[in-house]
Amino acid sequence: MDDLLAEFLAETTEAVADLDTALVVLERQGGDAETLARIFRAVHSVKGAAGFLALHRLGAVAHAAENLLGLYRDGEAPVTPAGVTAVLAALDAIRGILNGLGETGVEPEGDDTALVAALDAAAAAGGDGARTALEPDIALPAMEVSAIELPEGPAEVAAATLVEEPAVAPAPATATAAATATASAATPAAPAASGAAPAATSIRVSLGVLDDLMTLASELVLVRNQLLQIARSETTSPFAAPLGRLSRITSDLQEGVMKTRMQPVSAAWGALPRIVRDLGAELGKRIDLAMSGGDTELDRQVLESIRDPLTHIVRNSCDHGLEAPEARRLAGKPEIGRINLSARQEGGRIVIEISDDGRGLDLARVRARALERGLATEAELAGMREEDVARFVFRAGFSTAEAITAVSGRGVGMDVVRSNIERIGGTVDLQTFTGQGTTITIRIPLTLAIVSALVVQSAGERFAIPQATVVELVGLKAGGIMVEWLDAAPVLRLRGQLLPLVALGPQLGLEAPREAGQAVEGFVAVLQGDSGRYGILVDSVFDTEEIVVKPVAPILRDLTAFSGNTILGDGSIIMILDPAGIARLSGIGAGSAEAQEERVADTARTQVLLFRAGGSATPIAVPLGVVARLESLPGASIETAGGRPTAQHRGQLMPLVPIGPWNAPGPQGSQPVLVFQDGARQLGLMVDEIIDVLEETLVLRPSDAVPGFLGVAIVAGRATDVLDCAYWLRLGDPGWFGKSQGTAPRLLLVEDSGFFRQIVVPALTAAGYEVTACADAAQALALREEGAMFDCVLSDIEMPGMDGFALLQEMRRDGPWSRIPVVALTGKAGPADVARGRVAGFAQYVAKFDRDHVLEALARAIGGGA
Amino acid sequence: MTMVADEARMLLTLEVGGRLCGVPVPRIRDVIRCERIARVPMAPAGVAGVLNLRGRIVTAVDLRERLGLPPADADAQRMSVVVEQQAELYSLLADSVGDVLTLPPETRTDVPTTLRGAWREHAVAVHRLDDQLLIELDTDRLLAFGACAVLEGRR
Repeated sequence: MDDLLAEFLAETTEAVADLDTALVVLERQGGDAETLARIFRAVHSVKGAAGFLALHRLGAVAHAAENLLGLYRDGEAPVTPAGVTAVLAALDAIRGILNGLGETGVEPEGDDTALVAALDAAAAAGGDGARTALEPDIALPAMEVSAIELPEGPAEVAAATLVEEPAVAPAPATATAAATATASAATPAAPAASGAAPAATSIRVSLGVLDDLMTLASELVLVRNQLLQIARSETTSPFAAPLGRLSRITSDLQEGVMKTRMQPVSAAWGALPRIVRDLGAELGKRIDLAMSGGDTELDRQVLESIRDPLTHIVRNSCDHGLEAPEARRLAGKPEIGRINLSARQEGGRIVIEISDDGRGLDLARVRARALERGLATEAELAGMREEDVARFVFRAGFSTAEAITAVSGRGVGMDVVRSNIERIGGTVDLQTFTGQGTTITIRIPLTLAIVSALVVQSAGERFAIPQATVVELVGLKAGGIMVEWLDAAPVLRLRGQLLPLVALGPQLGLEAPREAGQAVEGFVAVLQGDSGRYGILVDSVFDTEEIVVKPVAPILRDLTAFSGNTILGDGSIIMILDPAGIARLSGIGAGSAEAQEERVADTARTQVLLFRAGGSATPIAVPLGVVARLESLPGASIETAGGRPTAQHRGQLMPLVPIGPWNAPGPQGSQPVLVFQDGARQLGLMVDEIIDVLEETLVLRPSDAVPGFLGVAIVAGRATDVLDCAYWLRLGDPGWFGKSQGTAPRLLLVEDSGFFRQIVVPALTAAGYEVTACADAAQALALREEGAMFDCVLSDIEMPGMDGFALLQEMRRDGPWSRIPVVALTGKAGPADVARGRVAGFAQYVAKFDRDHVLEALARAIGGGA
Repeated sequence: MTMVADEARMLLTLEVGGRLCGVPVPRIRDVIRCERIARVPMAPAGVAGVLNLRGRIVTAVDLRERLGLPPADADAQRMSVVVEQQAELYSLLADSVGDVLTLPPETRTDVPTTLRGAWREHAVAVHRLDDQLLIELDTDRLLAFGACAVLEGRR
């Protein structure tokens, strides 16, 4: 095929791709001049170029369509559905011819007389003799080739056009521009001053080149990682500095290449308005398709993989979801059914929602079908929540359509949609309300090529877990957090919830299952699955690495446990675990396995997090309860904003505060961070290394006052500095505790231990309380004499002098404080103690350091026990 | 793969469990000493794992297992014959690799119907060499894993 023809095909295909949408808009909203002009121009260009290239069939069809469109544009004929249908048919014919041209290089055989006649008839019915206005098309030919070259708004999205600026190209927007643009092929030295200018900012690059670039950039990242790994083992290397630069440039390059592959999601749903229109006509339904967020960008590879699932879901909505107009009227709904399509970015993921206001899933039928197909037993179904029942539609071989229609139900179902989306690391979920409609939510990663992954080891083999799915990492230790056994199933108690565990080694057949009741060491990676969280039990955990996801060979595609494989920095290949697949393999997600568990009262021992920071060898301790979570941030995610390190993490900006001197990690390194959270606000304290979490009775010993530390305690037999969280949090965000207003509930804390006061006050202040702290009951009662008033009192039980029980008795005896609720804060919260506290009249009885419980108890006490 | 029976065929000879086999040269991309192979848990029988060939991930197929022979000694040094199928690279693990032979059509005979099991499944022809017989293997069939291949294997 010669270059000219190839170029013509690429441009025309692109221009025509967009016209469907424009025509549907035209039909619905009537003759919007701009839209009309655009459609006319595109068809006109096709006709001109066809004449130039001697493509007679194409020319004839385009000519007839152009005539009709010309009448519409000039307002000489009203836009009618019949006319639009004829133009759409013409576009289909043009597309067919273009396809034929692309395959063979010559126009395919075909007879368009009926089509041309229909177009002419529509034109004749509308206008009178207006055709002559557009006759002299012989004079135009050469110009059109260059006219198409100027991207026309959304036309850019259709293929791989590189656009540096949003070249919406208003230049050719007037109807005359196409005619004035000069043919660059014919007179390259004299481009039209206005028309040609925007073309310079974008060039056409073939997809193959972009894909190759991406592969090369990915390979470069791998080599860079390999180099960094070598460099890490050599402390003084002359290569260190250039390597750092290379590393940074590689990251930038990778990012840049990734950007070139980004396309607006509207490219994947551009065909939908036409499909919905045609389906509506076919099914006798009136359907309105609303789309928003079409400019959300994602990698073109991802885009390609969601195109078919999206189309399928929308077809389903039209066919099964929306009722016929009659039924809608009877149901008291507007006759026109509505489908909403929206896209937005949420952190590193794109969320696409497709919702309709139709009848919703018939759950009874889903149940019946699930039973019939043997997907679940009657007993299982009875115990299932509705949303879990609805999810059966994603199971293989499941179709609720009674009759297979031409529209949907052609053998592929929602299970194919799900597997397509899961293949690219996405998830799909469904919500349905009987009579009100169905919403399908698709979450997909921004890009597939490079992901951050946690490398773990089980049974001597290493695996990568995509970081995006890892919620947290828990270290197992005798005496610390331990695995417990429910019969043969390992579970983990985590903040009052029972987390089902999957032992990775046995699950993958690498080792024999552990015997129930056996002590388990290692780590649990808590993952967010489709139907709740679960933990993967592994032997050890390595670094987080940026990995290039490579698909596995076709002969390994059936392995549900893996989503791909990758080459690590040291050259070894490891498999990438697919959290959704593992959940399926192990049976998690069949029901709602995540179980609530009775909250467990803590003992006097406190969970203490040990870490090192500021280059000091002395370990530092902080009660784990005040820390929201631990993170290992990739070095590349740490930026400096306003002179302070900040991390963009899970879609939020988090200020980072170093404890002591801090060396920024390399882009490939990782930064351990203690994350403190207050509502949506979070702040990270950067530490050198997290050592351990253990249970310990913290006894604070006074030491030389070092700002930022409360003193010294013996933890695990070693002198350990105890962190003053309040100091560091204030350092990072002066407003952290600054929001106590007059409206905040007033709280009196009676606590003899200065250490506990230091820990509890910031936590309570952060939660929105105005806190006054006293060291003993006598001080508290002195406040009463002064006329101070509080909404709640939080009191320790064991105190020198007057203890908590005595204080409560004294308060209840008489006076203004007799009705203030009192919450006991204690090291001992065994059932007997709780009972005794209740009898004494404490509103609540909670364990120290359990931030969440304390806050919950306070809220309940102040809210009148609600 | 279409058979051109009346042309000389170039085969790379390799040894699997003491049998002399051959693989058509045009399909071969590389012959390397087999080094580190990463296991793939739950992989179908016959897949030894994956290996890193200059930055490309290659799936390794153990010919012994594929041909129903006992596994090789754990410390045996084996050879990896890398072949291409549909733009994907696979490694065929053999005990050793010999010469490339150009075999005239006269030496070629069809696989005797008495050949059973995995050999019948994967052999396309037998070549009569002067001193011994050479079994020509079909790389496509060796790499055909999945549901249909399992069914055929049970025959």
